[in-house]
Amino acid sequence: MLPVLDQNEDHHYEMSEYEGARARWCPGCGDHSVLTAVQRLLAAEQLIPEQTMFVSGIGCSSRFPHYMKTYGFHGLHGRALPVATGIKLHRPELTVFVAMGDGDCTSIGAGHWLHAVRYNVDMTAMMLDNGIYGLTKNQTSPTTPQGFKSNTQPFGSILPPLNPLEVVLGITNASFVAQTAEWAPSHLYATLRAAYKHKGFSFVRILQRCPVYTPSIFQRAVQDPDRIQLLVHDDGVVTPDLEKLYKSQLHHDPRDLAAARHLAEQTDRITLGVLFKDSSKPRYEETRRVAPRTPAERVALLEKEFARYAV
Amino acid sequence: MSASATAAPAPPKVLRVPEHTVEIVSDSGEGAQKCGQIFGAVSAKMGNGVWTVELIPAEIQPPPRVPEGASGNRIRLGEHTVTNWGDHTHLVIAFNEQVLLARHRVDALADDAVLLIEDKWARSEDADIVAQWNAAMKELSGKHYRIIPVAMEDECLTIVDNPKKGKNMYALGLLARIYGRDMELIKAQIAHAFRKKSEEVYNQNVALLELGYHWAEDNIDFRVEIPTHAAEKPLVVMNGNEAIGMGAMAAGMELCAMYPITPATSVTHYLSEVFEKFGGVVHQAEDEIAAAGVAIGASYAGKVAFTITSGPGMALKTEFLGLAVMTETPLVLVNVQRGGPSTGLPTKVEQSDLLAAVFGQTGDAPHIVMAPATIEECFHIMVTARRLAEAFRTLVMVMTDANLATGVSPYPKPELDEKWQAAALDLAPVKDGQKPYDWNPQTGLSERIIPGRPGGMFTLTGLAHDDRSKVAYSSDIHQHSSAMRSRKIAVLQSLLKPPTVYGDDSGDLLVVGWGSTKGAIEEAVDRARKDGLKVSALHLRFLSPLEPGLKEIFRKFRKVMTVEINYSDETGDPYVTEENRRRGQLSILLRNATLVDVDCWGRVPGEPLRPMSILEAIRGRMPRGGAK
Repeated sequence: MLPVLDQNEDHHYEMSEYEGARARWCPGCGDHSVLTAVQRLLAAEQLIPEQTMFVSGIGCSSRFPHYMKTYGFHGLHGRALPVATGIKLHRPELTVFVAMGDGDCTSIGAGHWLHAVRYNVDMTAMMLDNGIYGLTKNQTSPTTPQGFKSNTQPFGSILPPLNPLEVVLGITNASFVAQTAEWAPSHLYATLRAAYKHKGFSFVRILQRCPVYTPSIFQRAVQDPDRIQLLVHDDGVVTPDLEKLYKSQLHHDPRDLAAARHLAEQTDRITLGVLFKDSSKPRYEETRRVAPRTPAERVALLEKEFARYAV
Repeated sequence: MSASATAAPAPPKVLRVPEHTVEIVSDSGEGAQKCGQIFGAVSAKMGNGVWTVELIPAEIQPPPRVPEGASGNRIRLGEHTVTNWGDHTHLVIAFNEQVLLARHRVDALADDAVLLIEDKWARSEDADIVAQWNAAMKELSGKHYRIIPVAMEDECLTIVDNPKKGKNMYALGLLARIYGRDMELIKAQIAHAFRKKSEEVYNQNVALLELGYHWAEDNIDFRVEIPTHAAEKPLVVMNGNEAIGMGAMAAGMELCAMYPITPATSVTHYLSEVFEKFGGVVHQAEDEIAAAGVAIGASYAGKVAFTITSGPGMALKTEFLGLAVMTETPLVLVNVQRGGPSTGLPTKVEQSDLLAAVFGQTGDAPHIVMAPATIEECFHIMVTARRLAEAFRTLVMVMTDANLATGVSPYPKPELDEKWQAAALDLAPVKDGQKPYDWNPQTGLSERIIPGRPGGMFTLTGLAHDDRSKVAYSSDIHQHSSAMRSRKIAVLQSLLKPPTVYGDDSGDLLVVGWGSTKGAIEEAVDRARKDGLKVSALHLRFLSPLEPGLKEIFRKFRKVMTVEINYSDETGDPYVTEENRRRGQLSILLRNATLVDVDCWGRVPGEPLRPMSILEAIRGRMPRGGAK
């Protein structure tokens, strides 16, 4: 690993120092809440901007890196995770966040998603799930509620929506699975913080509304706090300010995978919190870590290799 | 067809020849390849030129005794360097008559070839097998082959319980005697090949080797002598895929991301064994697309990484290749070409991906495409590719093929240089005012900024962008950034030397090739020149940009023609006209670049081109009135 070059050890980073370009999402878009929570997190953790990476795919939420004052990689639709994996394999000392939309992550990039969970490379993967393709103007995504009318399924979404939590919790070597919501900022912040602190692949599904195309998909839950179930545990997310609002609370131990899967299956109410967490799972970039070699060492080794092939 | 050798030991006739080609063919899994590899390696050590190719069936375990299952090695031995697999095989050892038929049917065998064949099938209790044997002998009788039946398994049974395992060593013994190979060298090679097995296995193999040797001594009435010459420089012997892997390490690369695909995968079989010792990682990704993504992520974050694939995989990676070009992220992609389109001929050689390599990305995606011509070049090209990818901040494609990938031939051991390797990462703060794309307006070149450098924080994007990497849709910015990315290709060409013509630099016909066909083309040109034809050859390593000076070179020949292992229409084919003729892929590039009426000759036989086929094409395509 390369030494972390902190050029300015005494410098205290203000939240504004993590702000990149002015965010150009629609007013009222949930992406703004996530951006604010993330900038707050970076300031709280005093992450060094040049040691921090935001990797994204394509979609509204994938503009995320542009709005951060860190290094960013705004790549291809569905393919943020392989790029992030490559960065982390080569430069494990960098802190990596990934921003993906629901189409990005669970549709065109679904294959990478499954395997990224299994690799368990240390990064925070945020899936900003508004249940619609917004950038391309209102097409059904895998998480669009059944019956929801869009430009591609004008008579209503045909299939029941894919449940990302069930998917992730079904993958061997999953190590951190949480769900939060853009309309509960303190929970969003606390969840992202827990995800960041977790060593491994932290998958956070962030429920959010698209003010243009899906303004009402979570309306009932927003208006009726009893439709929300808050997971509470010392090893999960603690948000005392929300405990009065969300009276339905469940003491859930995030180490209990069976219980987590059971919770993920529940669709009658929305569960917020850390469903699963296991820090003991092997991390791919750690298991693949190799001792670096100097050019001279490599040449000496290569001479030995050639000796094996000598005529 | 003649009678079998008699048992009476008479002094064998010595056949002194400048070259000879041998095949060992068997059902898959009978060890013919190991026999061939050891024979080839020992021959190289003794000072013969050697070119070995694997004969690979398309299936993992084809049924026994079927022509499609023919598996083995073809070894061409020469007094001097051998650059290709040649025309015909002169001596074959076959473990059954069906695999022999396979070789006969593809015209692999010389008319007077000597065929040593396991004859237990002729004596089988199964009437069907005897009938097949008789039918095969009838089919083979159309040529002047000399068939020598050998009771290989019966012989082996005298010292082992299971002759299926070890028959290959018996066959090696036959070859050792016939070709006068050094038995001590063979034993050392057997020890190396079976180094992971017990001493008992070694002893048994040596016993079988000697059994075969003595049988040949007593029963084969000829020997073959190919003069040997001690090498002037120390040699190493390997296949092109191993050379690619070693080249990547010599270049100081630290990450290879791949997804298994024939015939590229063996690069990573080799690398997976040794790369970690060199501080490198082979990442087997979940798919071809992810392999490209991981390589790009790693390259972006530091040292140039590479991905390795074949045609179908390159197609899948297309979108990421465009991203590498657009974001000016260095990347090396190796395409070990096979027959296509689609799944095509997975184990067989073809050169049909050239246009897809140069033009296959959407949008305008200028990048570098190179092709090694020899196994030795497979090694060195990786060093060049990494350097160019870094210096020009772009994608470098290395186009090799199944012929180079599986061909084994010795070459001078490279004199390694530490400077070939990537420099350590520079994490110094970025210079004041340094931008992510500080394009030199003349050259389009710029220094890239890797994460970790203070003050550099910017977002790389595949969207159209300006020099600060800000998303920009304005027409003048896209025009300018497109020009900057394109300019680099012209700059690279300005730094290249014009290629050297093989033979006279003027004449009636210039044959132009690329990739693995160099040896076969030049051999054909040599033969044509001996016949008095004014033919020369030109071989290109750079396909994008093309090497400079081609128009000047072409002007000195009455006719220019490419020879390629890809499909092209023949003039005179039904419906084919001068306007609709689909041409060889290199010829399309050359016509475009030079406006010279370049002709083409291509074949897609699923095997390397034979010099004699190229010679025939040369004779047929000489400009009228030119040939004497």
